[in-house]
Amino acid sequence: MATDIIIHDKKDNVGVVVIEKITPKQDCKCWIMEDDSSTDIQSMDEIPLGHKIAMTDLKEGDTILKYGHDIGKVVKSIKKGEHVHVHNVKTKKW
Amino acid sequence: MYMFITSKQKSGKLMEIPKSFLGYKRENGRAGTRNHVIILPVDDISNACAEAVANNIKGTIALPHSYGRLQFGADLELHFRTMIGTGSNPNVAAVIVIGIEPKWTKRIVDGIAKTGKPVEGFHIERTGDIGTVMKASKKAQEFVMWASEKQREECPISDLWISVKCGESDTTSGLASNPTVGNLMDKLEPLGVHLCFGETSELTGAEKVCANRGATKEASDKFMKTWSAYNDFILKEATDDLSESQPTAGNIAGGLTTIEEKAFGNFQKIGDCKFIDVLEPAEEPKKGNGLYFMDTSSAAAECVTLQAAAGFNIHLFPTGQGNIVGNPIEPVVKLTANPLTVKSMGEHIDCDVSKILSREMNLSEAGDKLIETTIRVANGRLTCAEALGHKEFVMTKLYRSA
Repeated sequence: MATDIIIHDKKDNVGVVVIEKITPKQDCKCWIMEDDSSTDIQSMDEIPLGHKIAMTDLKEGDTILKYGHDIGKVVKSIKKGEHVHVHNVKTKKW
Repeated sequence: MYMFITSKQKSGKLMEIPKSFLGYKRENGRAGTRNHVIILPVDDISNACAEAVANNIKGTIALPHSYGRLQFGADLELHFRTMIGTGSNPNVAAVIVIGIEPKWTKRIVDGIAKTGKPVEGFHIERTGDIGTVMKASKKAQEFVMWASEKQREECPISDLWISVKCGESDTTSGLASNPTVGNLMDKLEPLGVHLCFGETSELTGAEKVCANRGATKEASDKFMKTWSAYNDFILKEATDDLSESQPTAGNIAGGLTTIEEKAFGNFQKIGDCKFIDVLEPAEEPKKGNGLYFMDTSSAAAECVTLQAAAGFNIHLFPTGQGNIVGNPIEPVVKLTANPLTVKSMGEHIDCDVSKILSREMNLSEAGDKLIETTIRVANGRLTCAEALGHKEFVMTKLYRSA
């Protein structure tokens, strides 16, 4: 089954692009590993392999969840389908 | 976090795991996957001599490095532990030790001699490089010709001591190649192998989750103490934004955003295993078979060098963007799940698990493929890094010399 995006845990609010890239307005198929379920999302940005996409709208101060765990905080609001990376998310550690 | 998937996949069709491999039996009961004769310099200024001997005598290998003078305290202890451990590794058949003066040279020779393997030391003072090269070359020739007659014999799979470390990670590492290593650990741990993971700083963000994987409260507490000490050191020394160093530029290009994300990906390498003890850098495990955590830096060559010095005889190295590291004595098996890495630098990849991402391969199948690769390399198949001549031997130095 073709998958464009993999999501580790059901509660994660980001997914990872696993094809060479996705383009704006692309309808993507997502696979949630934890319970082997599927979902869909339309992308807003071009996002390369390995980079993350927001599965919901996120506002400044929100926590990014991946592997079901806290992996950092939103520093610039993000819309569902947008690219999530160092320009809008920072570590809470260092 | 992979509980559901692994348990489901574990109940599926499983490859029969080989119960043995072909290794070199050593005098102390350990088994090697390689049969090296090494020329070990005690210190930086003995490198030239060691390299000259290795050039004279074919089939030997010199391990030049940058340290060994005026070190003191814990840093000096680590130097000796790494030197003695490297010589003692079962992948090494015999050792020539060359130092500038006799005392530290002898300390290393005596340490290695406890394994029962042939070892001889030479010092340069009062002889000079040329005379030392001649004497050491004669002994090296004798050792390498003796070692060349050693035959591989059937060894139980429990003779494998497997270390792991990931490098140039990206999100495909956490999604697929690191969980593949975790799957291998889950399958091989019950067969009595020794396992080791490290990278203290790269567990930052996942430290509490990792601490909970201690098999005992003592192991968990020791891990938290070790992690906290390393984290305090990093915060004390940091003069700029650490997010410039961790994640690395390569990690960021691969889609990793924060150290926490990298840490949870990293942590996938141990599967569902629990660690039984926390080791000092280069410390030999003493609590029997099972998983150990070693306090190491997260730089690839430093980490693998320390694990090899602790006696691990085969290394598994998942990479995302394509780290190319090797080690002179411990074969480094590389795997990746990143299809672009396979396509653009396939000569570095021993095991391609990129089909996990396209869901043409599940985690258990990937774990089986990695076990198969591991056994083939243990039996003698060269790794990509060996064929390409990667011999990164990098000593860890704790602080400035006196």
